[in-house]
Amino acid sequence: MWDNINVYFDILHKLLPAGWMTIKILVTSALLTYLIAFIAGLGRVSQFSIIRTLTMIYVELFRGTSLLVQMFWIFFALPAFGVEFSAFWAGVLALSLNYGAYASEVVRGSILAIPKTQTEASIALNMTRWQRLKLVILPQAFRIMLPGLGNNSIELLKGTSLVSLITLGDLTYRGLIIQNTNLSYTVPVFILLLILYFIIALPLIILVRRLEASASKGVAKV
Amino acid sequence: MSWDWEFAIKVFPEIFNVIWLVIGITFGAYAVALVFGLILTFARRSSFKPLSWTVYGFIEFIRSTPPLVQLFFVYFALPLIGISLNKYVAGILTLGIHYSTYVSEVYRSGIDSIEKGQWEAARALNFTKSQTWSKVILPQAIPPVIPMLGNYLIVLFKETPLLMAIGVVEFLQKAFLIGADHFKYLEPLTIVGLLFLLLSYPAALLINRLEKWSNQAYGKGSR
Repeated sequence: MWDNINVYFDILHKLLPAGWMTIKILVTSALLTYLIAFIAGLGRVSQFSIIRTLTMIYVELFRGTSLLVQMFWIFFALPAFGVEFSAFWAGVLALSLNYGAYASEVVRGSILAIPKTQTEASIALNMTRWQRLKLVILPQAFRIMLPGLGNNSIELLKGTSLVSLITLGDLTYRGLIIQNTNLSYTVPVFILLLILYFIIALPLIILVRRLEASASKGVAKV
Repeated sequence: MSWDWEFAIKVFPEIFNVIWLVIGITFGAYAVALVFGLILTFARRSSFKPLSWTVYGFIEFIRSTPPLVQLFFVYFALPLIGISLNKYVAGILTLGIHYSTYVSEVYRSGIDSIEKGQWEAARALNFTKSQTWSKVILPQAIPPVIPMLGNYLIVLFKETPLLMAIGVVEFLQKAFLIGADHFKYLEPLTIVGLLFLLLSYPAALLINRLEKWSNQAYGKGSR
């Protein structure tokens, strides 16, 4: 299994370019995920019931079905309505909408975790709704939501591998092609893939651990 | 081109028919996750450091790498080192083991919420280690986390489409094959989405209710 170290270097050489694609998908969809998460998370606690209902439908719709189904739907079914996305944007869109729905729950939960007295105090100080949110609630909610959002990004990284099933050339896709053209590479290809994904995840894991530690530390002292 | 009711009604039974396979895979993987998760939890708590560190590494590694790649590894690579599994077993084992790492965290949170006094009382009563676990700790640690465990049943259900990648004909694969036959993907794929929603959403509501009930019964326990 470990007999030929050159095999590993050969595969690694072929895999690495696809690693950039995976990172590109990860970063693009992470940005979009957090944007959606904030919009939907704030929507869930909006004062208008229409917005609350609409965002709730969005969240339940995307949490209630699976990511792969959503990706296939966007890539294969949506063109029936004349809306066509490239594999990259279909993948990014599905990932962002799906993980955005999960992350919006983190945002909502953190906002609701801020004691009611904070809102009352800021009303007493005659702040507007927007000031209350910007100056009082969000700065406190933000540190609570960071570990959750960090975990979300690890899940997102794992999710990016699904784009290989809609023919986008990410790490997993390239790995499958290498395996297909040279079956004797099967074992090393998948070992390397797992290791590469773990290496990409490692900074995120460490970041989440740090965030968890600091989130629990700071609050108790104040 | 837009929605075609006739076609949708025609293909619905074909897609719906694979539900037993999907349910079988879901519960199979869930059983693996529950059992293997418990083993991981115990191994992680072992006082034999090399074991607990290995298990910790294993959990972190499995949790942060894509289940899809793990599936390929199990189905394509393992046979070459002498472990051949058919696609159903490979799928059930991969999903089960992947989520066992999550389930073990749930068990851990349940066990950690047991007060120290319970351990001390068990020791004072001269219970053996296995008696302490089976009569004192687990009966208190598991019930409060049952809603969280139930959540993973739904999560696993929603992960079954992954198995299409190794040729298991579950909902999505079935719909995709039908779509490819007729070159019409909208109806079958929408039906699959609706099926997932219709099956998982009521289950999620049920779990929510279970959680509320559990919170009342066990105090703030289930967090």
